[in-house]
Amino acid sequence: MPYALCFLLFVIGLYCAVVKKNMVKIVVGILVMEYAVNLFLIMLGYRWDGIAPIIDKSYLTKGGGIAEAFVSHAVDPLPQALVLTAIVISLGSLALMISICIRTYEKYGTFDITEIRRLKG
Amino acid sequence: MTVPLPVFVVLPLAAAFMLPLFGKKGKSAATLLANLVTIGLVVMAVSTIGQWRTYEVGRWSIPLGINLVLDGLSCLLLLAISVVSAAAMLFSTRYMEQYTAKSKYLCLFMLMVTGMNGVVLSGDIFNLFVFLEIASIASYALVGFGCEHEELEASFKYMVLGSIASMFVLFGVALVYGNTGTLNMAYISRTIGVRGMNLGLTFAMCLFIAGFGLKAALVPFHAWLPDAHPSAPAPISAMLSGVLIKALGVYALTRVLFNIFGVSVAVGWIIITLAVLSMVCGALLALGQWDFKRLLAYSSISQVGYVVLGLGLGALIIAKGGNPAVASLAILGGLLHLLNHAVYKSLLFLNSGSVEMATGTRQLKEMGGLAEKMPYTRATCAIASASIAGIPPLAGFWSKLLIVIAAIQAEYYWIAAIVVGVSVCTLIMYLKVHRYAFLGELPESLKDVKENKGSMLLAMSLLAVLCVLMGLLVIVEPLRANVLEPAVKVVMDGLDYSANIIAQK
Amino acid sequence: MNGMTIIVKTISSWVKVLIFLFGIYIVLFGHLTPGGGFAGGVILASSYVLLMLAFGRKFAEKNLSLGIASKFDCAGALLFIAVALIGLFFGAASFFYNYLQQQVEAGHETALRLVSAGTIPLSNIAIGIKVGASLFLVILTLSIFRPESSAGKKE
Repeated sequence: MPYALCFLLFVIGLYCAVVKKNMVKIVVGILVMEYAVNLFLIMLGYRWDGIAPIIDKSYLTKGGGIAEAFVSHAVDPLPQALVLTAIVISLGSLALMISICIRTYEKYGTFDITEIRRLKG
Repeated sequence: MTVPLPVFVVLPLAAAFMLPLFGKKGKSAATLLANLVTIGLVVMAVSTIGQWRTYEVGRWSIPLGINLVLDGLSCLLLLAISVVSAAAMLFSTRYMEQYTAKSKYLCLFMLMVTGMNGVVLSGDIFNLFVFLEIASIASYALVGFGCEHEELEASFKYMVLGSIASMFVLFGVALVYGNTGTLNMAYISRTIGVRGMNLGLTFAMCLFIAGFGLKAALVPFHAWLPDAHPSAPAPISAMLSGVLIKALGVYALTRVLFNIFGVSVAVGWIIITLAVLSMVCGALLALGQWDFKRLLAYSSISQVGYVVLGLGLGALIIAKGGNPAVASLAILGGLLHLLNHAVYKSLLFLNSGSVEMATGTRQLKEMGGLAEKMPYTRATCAIASASIAGIPPLAGFWSKLLIVIAAIQAEYYWIAAIVVGVSVCTLIMYLKVHRYAFLGELPESLKDVKENKGSMLLAMSLLAVLCVLMGLLVIVEPLRANVLEPAVKVVMDGLDYSANIIAQK
Repeated sequence: MNGMTIIVKTISSWVKVLIFLFGIYIVLFGHLTPGGGFAGGVILASSYVLLMLAFGRKFAEKNLSLGIASKFDCAGALLFIAVALIGLFFGAASFFYNYLQQQVEAGHETALRLVSAGTIPLSNIAIGIKVGASLFLVILTLSIFRPESSAGKKE
């Protein structure tokens, strides 16, 4: 059920990126899509009654192992690492998109994409 | 000598971050370093022909760690990437003098090469996504490099569509991880083989076809290409059209569909439909263009359709359980066309850059009679056009012949007819280029254009020589057995990829 | 352009040092607590952005100019690559090999301390420097750009 809501958020972002005419609104639509995918990734690792996957002194056993209680209760840390990487990538992409929007406004004088149509054919 | 696999990724990355340190005064030193790095990459790529290895990063064994895989398909693409990037870098030593901020250009170029090498070598699907993004973001910035009106508009369009495609790919990766529990390509393949496909995995496959298809500019997803390729500086157009759409789009699609998911009849027909649409629409739309580079961009769409047609035909025949010899012939045609197109389309874009730098315009109606003034450019353009139109004995003829033979042997006569028809269209469009740009009357405004010399000439002649020699790749037996056959084998025994890698660890 | 009122300037000149210190803490303890290179780098950059918002762009540019931030950026990335490459020269010879890893069997006195987990803190520091410098450069460049100037530089 939460996965269906994530997908709904993704579709809303896609609708916004496709339909809107203002450049900044298109960028916001792409951002919403990225949030939806990150949310989906994090929710994949969830476990009922889970604990955060951070090892404390109390979870280390003698002889250097990790307690069973930790392994069976911790949420999956791998999607969290994936989401961290995806957030960094979307930050770089967003910075580039915003700077292109600013420069396009300087050249054309408008943010409206129906008026920025010099390349045709 | 065996080169450790991460060197292909780390060397351009280190170069990309050392180049901005040179500053304004060390511009020539920076350019020299960049050229040395790309030539070094060519040497290393040639030394990996015929090898099959994996490399575990950090000595964490799979499935806990990330591995890099070099097999026949990766080796073929590494060759294409390094040769085209070396030629483009040679060309841009002279061409980029007309832009400011050349050190930033070199840094972004090296990052793009890093991304492409990483995509081709990766053995882990999330690692493939990360390098895909590195290469894509570097290319968005490079397309809009000149900061004129049209370049910014084209760069924005490319960036929006490319980001949507990357989001599709990431969503597909998330679905695959949720359904199989691992990210390593070999283990995903094994889990899918054991458990079978369910709804989530089928949806993930559709998302991958859409996402990678947009990066490869197949027809319903091609809208960014005719704007982005003409607006970019000429060596970047050569890189984009020559290797980026193939390394990010076609290679990733092949790897995911053949080696991880396995082909089925429905997937084969979808790919053949997309490919035929691309070929036909690209060729017909290119006939009406009057802008030199825009015509070449539409022609790129059509030629990528050839490559994907070869692969799709092979997929369909494998899925139907037909004759494996015919399937491997189709795949051989597709992969050979990939290599050919990388070489001659980059040569054509470099030619257009040379013409643009000499005359200052890209419109075919304003040019004419450049044959006496720019003889070298005219000669290399003639060689490349003859090759792309499929005139024997140049390279393009062999790959198209292989695809036609495979289509006839598999008794899909309508596909063979479409291939021949599109070849005729390609011939017409390149005759148009020659008639308007090189033959005819020299207009008044172009009376004193001169031939471009130096590194630009060297890069174009190197690619022209390679164009002529590539025909030998099919005929000469040891070259074919070492370069092409391993790549075909990897695609043909699709699901053995995972067995080989897991057995090796 | 000349910054904000005197109250904001006084308070922010104290607070920015605390933010910078917090950023360094997040970077250094990245192998024990959540955070690590990227999150710590963002906090480091935000202390400089606070400086820029409170005092004006010209003051911030005099404090840490574009050229020096760019050099930090490259230095961070090259340090990361160097940390990975040195692993190639140790006995086990592999990229990103954790050559400073201590043995877990020697009892868990060495675990969960600041100096443990091998090369991971070094990578975190390199990434922290790079991300901090990069984000500061991005925001500085976007605010330098004024519509009538055509310097021809991209981000």
